[in-house]
Amino acid sequence: MKETPLSNCERDFLLKAIQEKKRLDGRQTYDYRKLKIMFGTDFGCCFVELGKTRVMAQVSCELVAPKENRPNEGIMFFNIELSPMASPAFEQGRQSELSVKLNRQLERCLRNSKCIDLESLCVVSGEKVWQIRVDVHMLNHDGNLMDAASITAIASLCHFRRPDVGIQGDEVTVYSPDERDPIPLSIYHMPISVSFAFFQQGTYLLVDPCEREERVMDGLLMIAMNKHREICSIQSSGGIMLLKEQVMRCSKIASVKVSEITKLIMKALENDKTARKAGGKCGFAESMPQERITALKKDETAVEMTDVTERANDIVLNAEVPPQTSQSLLVPLPGMGQVGKDLQNSWGIEEYYQDEEEAFNSDEDKQTMMEVGEKQKVHEDVVEISDSEEDEVVILQPEATDRAHKKTSSSSHLKEPAKSKKRHRK
Amino acid sequence: MLSRLKAKVGSVLLPGDEFCLDTTGADTISLAGPSKANKVVCGPGLRRSGDRLLVYKSGLLRHKEPNMFWMDAQHKRYVPAKGETVIGIVTSKSGDVFKVDIGGSEQASLSYLAFEGATKRNRPNVQVGDLLFAQLIVANKDMEAELVCVDSAGRANGMGVFGAGGLLFRVSLGLARRLLAPQSDLRAELEQLFPCEMVVGMNGRLWVKSTGVQRTLVLANLLESCENLTPVQRRQLFGKLAQGAL
Repeated sequence: MKETPLSNCERDFLLKAIQEKKRLDGRQTYDYRKLKIMFGTDFGCCFVELGKTRVMAQVSCELVAPKENRPNEGIMFFNIELSPMASPAFEQGRQSELSVKLNRQLERCLRNSKCIDLESLCVVSGEKVWQIRVDVHMLNHDGNLMDAASITAIASLCHFRRPDVGIQGDEVTVYSPDERDPIPLSIYHMPISVSFAFFQQGTYLLVDPCEREERVMDGLLMIAMNKHREICSIQSSGGIMLLKEQVMRCSKIASVKVSEITKLIMKALENDKTARKAGGKCGFAESMPQERITALKKDETAVEMTDVTERANDIVLNAEVPPQTSQSLLVPLPGMGQVGKDLQNSWGIEEYYQDEEEAFNSDEDKQTMMEVGEKQKVHEDVVEISDSEEDEVVILQPEATDRAHKKTSSSSHLKEPAKSKKRHRK
Repeated sequence: MLSRLKAKVGSVLLPGDEFCLDTTGADTISLAGPSKANKVVCGPGLRRSGDRLLVYKSGLLRHKEPNMFWMDAQHKRYVPAKGETVIGIVTSKSGDVFKVDIGGSEQASLSYLAFEGATKRNRPNVQVGDLLFAQLIVANKDMEAELVCVDSAGRANGMGVFGAGGLLFRVSLGLARRLLAPQSDLRAELEQLFPCEMVVGMNGRLWVKSTGVQRTLVLANLLESCENLTPVQRRQLFGKLAQGAL
C-alpha cells in the first residue's frame, strides 16, 4: 500500500510553525520525545517507545566458525525489519532503501565503534566463536527510527546473557542456564545515535524529528556518541551544507541527550535486574500501564472541591520552590524507565490533559510533578485520601490540614503524596 | 427477534454474537419471507446468514426508528461508502481525471468536470498536493471509488479545493462522526472556545484553522486529546483553556 501523501497545506503549515519555533506535539526545538525502555522476560529482549515510534529488538547467539581473517573474534550482525505493521508504506520481505540505510548506520554506530569486546566471544581460536545476532523490528513508525533503533539495540545487547561454555580438551560444552549462570557481553561503551533535522537549508534545526517533520526536512544529521563524549559515527544526508558551528552545536546537544539516555538505559537495566532478583514478574506485560486503552469510561471519584482555591493559593504562597526534577529519572514500574514525560511544554495543553487524568484516574501511577498547578492537584488528592478509612492522617480542623500540607510540601513534596497514594491503593 | 435486538441496543457486542430468527415468537419478523411492514435493516457490523443475524464488528449496537440496526465501533481504517463526504489529497493529474487519496485501500478518481462551473475549456485549478472536500458517488468493493465536487444541482455546496494556511491531521473515524453528529456537544463546546474553521471528513481527516499557528496547534492537540476523554474531563479541559491558558 502506498504511503499517505503529504499535502501542500501540511507542508506549509509545518514550515511556518518551525519558523515560529513551534512543533506539532508542543515540544521545544531541542526536546526529545517521551522515551520508554522495557525489557522482555527473555534476556536480550528490549522494547523502546520514543513518542509513538516503537521498536523491539531481540539478541540471539549461536556457535559458528569465525571469519578466516579474524580467527579470534566473534561475529556480530544486525538485521532491521521494516514490517508493514510499522507503516503501510513498508513492504514485507524486501530490502528497501530505508532499511539498508538504517542497517548500515546501525552497524557503523555499534560495530565499527568497537563497543563490544568481540574477542571475548571467541571459544576455540579459528574454530568456534559466538555469533551475536541483533534483530531489530520496527513496530510503529512515527519518525526518528534510527535513534530508537540504536537505543533498542544497545539496551538489548546490555541486557543479553549468553550461555556459559566449558572446554575439556577438544570438547566444547554449552551449559544451560540451569547448570551455569549465563554471562553478559562485555560492553566498553554505549554509543547512542541522536538525529537532527534541518530546515530551510540549515536555518532551523530540530532534535528528534517526528514522521511529518522528517518528510518536510531538507537534511538530516545523525551523530552517534557515547557518554564520554566520543563521537562514534556521524552522518549527514539530504545534501545540505552545514556550517562548522552548526555541527559543533549539534555535537554539544548530542552529548547532553546521550548522557540522559545512557542514564535512563542504566536505570532501566538496574530495575530489571532487581525485579528479576526479587523473583517477581518482569517483562512487557508487567510494565504496561493498565487501564490506558479502556479509559473511555470511568467511575467518578469524589474529590473535595470546596475552598480548594484558597487552600491552593495558600499552599502556593507558602511552598518552597520545587526542586528541578526534570532530569531525574523515574521508574513507575519494574523493568521500565522513562524520561521527559512531564517536561514543561510550550503551551500547557499536555499538562492540563494529564491534570485531568490525575483528578479522575486516581488509581493511576503517580509521576513526577513539575508544575505548581500539578502540585495543587496532589494536595487535593491528599485531602481525598484523608477522607477515606486511612488513619495515618487524621484531620480535625482546617488549620490542621493546612499544617499537614505544609509539612508534606516542605519535606520532598514529590515522594510523599505518591507514597500515601500507594498506601491508599492497598 | 426484534424485541431481543431492541433489548441489546446500546450494549457492547462482539464478533460472533448472533441473534437467531425465532419463528415461534409473537413479534417475529422474517428476513427471508415476504417483506412485511417491519423489515430489519442491517447496517455496518451486522450480517444475515441464513436464518441467523451475525455480529461481525465489536462495538455498541445502535438503533434508529423504525428498524435500523448497526454497530458503532472505533475504527482507524476508512472503508469508502457511497454518499459520504471526505477530505482527499490530490496525488496526480492524469488526462481528464485527478487521482485522490482518501485514506481507503485504493485511490479515488475525480473528473475535472465534476467541479462547479467546470467545462471542457474552463478547467478547475487543482494542483498535486491540494486538499479537496468531495463526496463519494461510487464506492463498492469491486470498483474504483469515484468522487465529485458538485451536488445534484451542479452547485459546489461547500465542496472543492480548500486548505490554505490550516493544519490537516488524522483522528479516529469515531471522533470524526462525533464531530459531525447533528447535536454534537464537542462541537458546541469548541465553538465557544475561540473562532476557528474546521473541515471534517468522514474518512477521519480533520482540517483546522484558527488565527495564528499557535491557536491552530492548540486546537489540533485539543481535538486529538478529545479521543479518550469523558465529557466531564473534556469540559474541565476546555474550561481551563478558556480561562486563559493561551
